[in-house]
Amino acid sequence: MNPTRRDFFKITTVGGAAAAVFGFDLKPAFAQLRTLKIARASETRSTCPYCSVSCGVIIYTIGDRAKNVTPQVVHVEGDPDHPINRGTLCPKGASLEQDILNERRLLKPQVRRPGGTDWEDISWDDALNEIAAKVKKTRDDTFIERDAAGHTVNRCESIAWTGGCTDTNEFNYLVVKSMRALGVVHLENQARV
Amino acid sequence: MSQATLRVQKISGHAGSVPGEDTQREYTVCKLIDTTTCIGCKACEVACMEWNDLPFGETVFDNTYQTMPETRWNYWNLILFNEHVREEDGSLMWLMRKNQCMHCAEPGCLAACPADGAIIQYTNGIVDFQQANCIGCGYCITGCPFDIPKMNPKTHRVFKCTLCTDRVSEGLEPACIKSCPTGCLHFGTKDDMLDLAGKRAKQLREHSHFPNAGVYDPPGVGGTGVIYVLHDATKPEIYGGLPKDPHVPWTVKLWKGPLKWLGNVAMVGGLIGLFVHYLRYGPKAREEEDINPGGKP
Repeated sequence: MNPTRRDFFKITTVGGAAAAVFGFDLKPAFAQLRTLKIARASETRSTCPYCSVSCGVIIYTIGDRAKNVTPQVVHVEGDPDHPINRGTLCPKGASLEQDILNERRLLKPQVRRPGGTDWEDISWDDALNEIAAKVKKTRDDTFIERDAAGHTVNRCESIAWTGGCTDTNEFNYLVVKSMRALGVVHLENQARV
Repeated sequence: MSQATLRVQKISGHAGSVPGEDTQREYTVCKLIDTTTCIGCKACEVACMEWNDLPFGETVFDNTYQTMPETRWNYWNLILFNEHVREEDGSLMWLMRKNQCMHCAEPGCLAACPADGAIIQYTNGIVDFQQANCIGCGYCITGCPFDIPKMNPKTHRVFKCTLCTDRVSEGLEPACIKSCPTGCLHFGTKDDMLDLAGKRAKQLREHSHFPNAGVYDPPGVGGTGVIYVLHDATKPEIYGGLPKDPHVPWTVKLWKGPLKWLGNVAMVGGLIGLFVHYLRYGPKAREEEDINPGGKP
């Protein structure tokens, strides 16, 4: 067979049309799936903020931490390398994404004055100053230098400290140092990290 | 980077062969649900909603833990809470079962579906709905012995658990499996899961006073991609209506089997008959009356 240029065009046109009509379609061999939504997302390890179990979580944010990207949380799931939960989470922990992306999430400090019924906004500076003033006043008013038997105790029983479950060892070390310096004896947190 | 494809081995409503069928050596994936260690915490439900970006819907309260009576088109994974009184001693058992698509080896939904490519089964055993090809007829709902596919009333497309195809195709486990804090959910190859389930059932029989403990992997649908360990494998109905011997409905079988072929034969036979009739008698001749209505010349 020695086809001419014209024959070649005829054959390919008819053949192509036949293939299209009678079916030559590799598509059914594979199916397109939803792509993995965290495929190239940035992973950040964190600790679940709810209970004292302190499960490790991975927070997935869009972008690869490049300068021009504003990261946004797209997914949260358990950290398989974390010795406490090894990737598992409870229903509250599994919903952490909703905790982060929540229109009712508090993003600034608020104060409810004694006798007040509503929360009012306060700046961080004012909040810290007020807390410092109250700590100073409370400690000055109630500081116990000696107990009933005359032993020197230097304690401040009217202030207590509670910490959350995401507090690290280092943070708690600083808490103990600073609070003990004030004489605070009631120290507790639910961190078991 | 994501390739996000899986090889297909069964296609609904598809004329001709399926290119992926029997061409690839691949393991079958399987979920194992140990109902004896489930505490009904619903972490798997939340993980499913989070991973698949499904909206949270209204719940109901009727004095039970069952805040949602059944799975929905946008709620694919639901724990069923069941209170069961044991016949032996009258004691109460609180049974929890994670209910979702069972990913049958011989899926009734796929058999019933008339739309080409709307329901496919991958070589790893996952049965997946391709909503782009769905025509909204709802036959899959009839074909499913577990009452799993649910229709979106607005778009008339049917949805169900995908066994996290996007995760599994990348080598990850499904979202529900990963979250389970008690470790009652397991994921792996079907062989490994059957092995694990068998060992657990044996442990329950020999050490935990559940002489009827066993594995639920119903042969009526060719085995399932989701298997259960039950305290009492002789009574799966007590776990929120898990069918004892699920089958593809006989109507679907009849319709997709003999009736379909009868229909094809009738259609092709009719065409052949038409052709033969034409050869034998020729085209229909116009009669006298047609040419001269009323009979007048």
